[in-house]
Amino acid sequence: MHKESIVYPYIPNSVPEIKAAMMKEVGVTNPMQLYEEIPEHLKYSQEMQLPQPILDEYSIRRHTEELLGKNKTCGEYLSFLGAGCAQHFVPAVCDEINGRGEFLTAYVGESMGDHGKWQALFEYCSQMGELMDMDVLSIPMYDGGQAAASSLRMANRINNRKKVLVPATMNPDIFMIISNYLDSVPAAELQIIPIGFDQKTGLMDLNDLKKNISNDVSAVMIENPSYLGFIETQAEEIGKIARAAGAEFVVYADPISLGVIEAPANYGATITCGDYHPLGLHLGAGGCQGGFIATHDDMKYIAEFKDLMFGLTDTLQAGEWGFGEVLFDRTSYGSRDKGKEFTGTSTGLWAITAGVYLALMGPKGMQEVGTTIMQNCQYAMQKIATLPGVKIQLAAPSFKEFVVNFDMTGKTVAQINKHLLQFKIFGGKDLSQEFPQFGQSALYCVTEIHQHKDLDKLVYALQGVISC
Amino acid sequence: MARQKKLLRDSYHQARWDEPIIFEMSVPGERGVLVPRACQDIVNQVGDGVSAIPANLRRKKSPALPEVNQMRVNRHYYHLSQETLGTDVTLGISEGTCTMKYSPKIQEHMAARHPGIVDVHPLQCPETMQGILETYYQVEQFLKEISGMDAFSLQPGGGAHGVFANASMIRSYHRARGDKKRTEIITTMFSHPCDAATPNTAGFKVITLMPDESGYPDLEAMKAALSDRTAGIMITNPEDTGIYNPRIEEYVKAAHAVGALCSYDQANANGMLGIHRAREAGFDLVHFNLHKTFSAPHGSMGPATGAIGVKEFLKPYLPVPRVEFDGHKYLLNSNYPESIGKVRTFFGNTNVVLKTYMWIMQHGAEGLKEAAICSVLNNQYFMKKIAEIPGVVIWYAKGKRRLEQVRYSWEKLKQDTGVGTDDVNKRIVDFGIEHYWTSHHPWVVPEPFTLEPCDSYNKEDLDEYVEVLRQISKEAYEDPDFVKRSPHKAASHRPTHEAIDDADLIAVTWRQYLKKKAKP
Repeated sequence: MHKESIVYPYIPNSVPEIKAAMMKEVGVTNPMQLYEEIPEHLKYSQEMQLPQPILDEYSIRRHTEELLGKNKTCGEYLSFLGAGCAQHFVPAVCDEINGRGEFLTAYVGESMGDHGKWQALFEYCSQMGELMDMDVLSIPMYDGGQAAASSLRMANRINNRKKVLVPATMNPDIFMIISNYLDSVPAAELQIIPIGFDQKTGLMDLNDLKKNISNDVSAVMIENPSYLGFIETQAEEIGKIARAAGAEFVVYADPISLGVIEAPANYGATITCGDYHPLGLHLGAGGCQGGFIATHDDMKYIAEFKDLMFGLTDTLQAGEWGFGEVLFDRTSYGSRDKGKEFTGTSTGLWAITAGVYLALMGPKGMQEVGTTIMQNCQYAMQKIATLPGVKIQLAAPSFKEFVVNFDMTGKTVAQINKHLLQFKIFGGKDLSQEFPQFGQSALYCVTEIHQHKDLDKLVYALQGVISC
Repeated sequence: MARQKKLLRDSYHQARWDEPIIFEMSVPGERGVLVPRACQDIVNQVGDGVSAIPANLRRKKSPALPEVNQMRVNRHYYHLSQETLGTDVTLGISEGTCTMKYSPKIQEHMAARHPGIVDVHPLQCPETMQGILETYYQVEQFLKEISGMDAFSLQPGGGAHGVFANASMIRSYHRARGDKKRTEIITTMFSHPCDAATPNTAGFKVITLMPDESGYPDLEAMKAALSDRTAGIMITNPEDTGIYNPRIEEYVKAAHAVGALCSYDQANANGMLGIHRAREAGFDLVHFNLHKTFSAPHGSMGPATGAIGVKEFLKPYLPVPRVEFDGHKYLLNSNYPESIGKVRTFFGNTNVVLKTYMWIMQHGAEGLKEAAICSVLNNQYFMKKIAEIPGVVIWYAKGKRRLEQVRYSWEKLKQDTGVGTDDVNKRIVDFGIEHYWTSHHPWVVPEPFTLEPCDSYNKEDLDEYVEVLRQISKEAYEDPDFVKRSPHKAASHRPTHEAIDDADLIAVTWRQYLKKKAKP
């Protein structure tokens, strides 16, 4: 029987007659003649072993829905997972705008036909600049890990020193990213030195910092708030120590904290970096992260950014906003291996979304969301601390995340989290592998999306879990 | 609407909203959205919450964000979207080397709206995200089959990021063997800039080969550059010119002969699916841009995925965690002590991976091959038509069939009229077509433009594009100044400074602009 050829809706010239006519036009009778430049023995002569296609749209939707239906969600479960990907309130307008096909499907067009994209990304940078109280940002990066890694590279290029000091409490994933990114051939030229911390508070051990600071330290980096949730209350002093030694002071900040916590620039940061995921983006199973770096208006810093920068300018039409490329030759697009690190497609759509979020929130919204997070967090900590055998591990003020220790309950975090699933709760991230010195501890994340009843439910469930 | 159907949209005008910068729209006191507040019971228990922050770390001055009501924010960003030429509204043929495919809406609707991905936390225990992990696992199997490689990671967040991860693995491989002298990577000028920049970032010295007079990378020059210092070669084929290098094996063999690894930049593999694989060409590492060949959209430059594939002996170096299947369930395994570690937090851009999964599942082996054939067919048809336009020159490989794209040149147009590629590239948006991709830097081909009419475009789309170029060529010969002043009907006019290199003129944020404006 003659096999009916398939016309694929996304491949219009798969219509046999059209395909034949076009083949005739280019002088081939068999499609493989199009590939005459590829030597025969390099052509793949077999059929790829892929699943039978699901050709119609309804069936692929059903198939995908069934696949995604295997996942439990933080909508049906009450989640206290964070660790760099916290669940926050996402205004509907954020989804509305990042769903706009024009933004979704744009790429690298110039500033006339893509004027709106350039302006939206300029506004992302501008609003992030207000939040950071700094003047300079590039278009975004892959994630906070990349931002931290590139910040340290920038510092190294600025002062050509070979050591970076980081907190031993830092996000272990980001530490891994940095370790790979600062590595070199045949061996690393930059040495990453973790600085110890006070076991009771998590705060950086200033004696250890002073022991390690020297005039060959390129940068001192802190997270504020930290991976473990505590606010690094000595930040200003750490900055002074760093700058007195001529090092850059790099602060990895959570942008959603900056309505209530001081902008790092105002306690001495020379480079602020982080992940803007909290600003209007969903969890997306980790697929909605985005990195940023901000600095002051100083060519010493501006010249070291690795990614594209869109600058506001005029156009030939008086009174019209236009945009141009700033210091394009900095980038690997302009100068290949002579550029700063490398640039490429990163997270433009999410940055536009973060801009929309900040425009919606305004100064008041950012202040309020930070306040709510502080309040909810403190309420949860106080309530959890009342449970028998459970304690809050670190005695320092926290923002959004905090460490809960279960040692005295006789149960492991793994056991507790498994049991919590029965209450439809995702317990905090198990820290027992990453921070064994904290015993059976978990990193709990509480944000503005948690209501009073959610926090009480968690406490009730934990009570049940530890007492059974 | 035009009464008579015609190819040239000469009445087109892009939206031009004279849109203010968002800060100019601020009205003190206005709110765009109200956020959840702690309830009274919580406030009664903990107070204002912020007193816990030491005084010197309390935000003293509110961030000077704009204050805009919700309708105006929404309208503002709608206006900006309308002033943007994404492939949903234009012919993405323009951006050669980028494979601007149609990204099927069903994929977007699943990836952006289904709670089974949108509301999943990446640190949930694997039992509660089997669907996500299955997607990852399956896409890895598909890509293995498409490339012939033995293992893949989908962690890198973009194409260049994938190439960087490959450079990192090359570094780890030689280090694990105790081979400390391999400090060089060789690439070619027509390979993407990231093939030079990322190994440099990874610490290698980079040697870039220029094309010979036929447009191929110079094989003799490569042989001369290869030595026991060579860690690897990182190249693409076909290169940006669209010319397939039939002697590719010789390059690979020469590199292997000195102990170097071979990394294949297949960011754009669109013309090759089911036709030609990295394994048969001898490569050890490969990468695919899932946001190009596999239909995920480009998102105004991301999110994206650079999927990286390796042969078995390099598998230990892939980023962790790896998604594995034990016969019953999917799990995450980070127990690879020789791994380069991580290049991206969590496990990458899940949404891009899901769209890839759906696209491959809708096409199967036959459909993938059909996409490749139609993209090459489109390109050869297109090239034939464009070659007839006055002012166009096509460098290199005369009479040879190119694959998915071509780097053209307006060299003759420039000589004849003074109108160069940058001018044509401005005028093209006046017909509703996105600015095209000229070339990566440095331009080797003079007055370049690079077009890629992939499988998504039908014959009429191609004919429309050709008609627009023909019209602009005609205008250049008749009234060059008109083209040089273009665009006339785009969202904005030519910027006074397309390249801003003077410190006094740099304004990458509104506050920086205001400060510089206030300066005398």
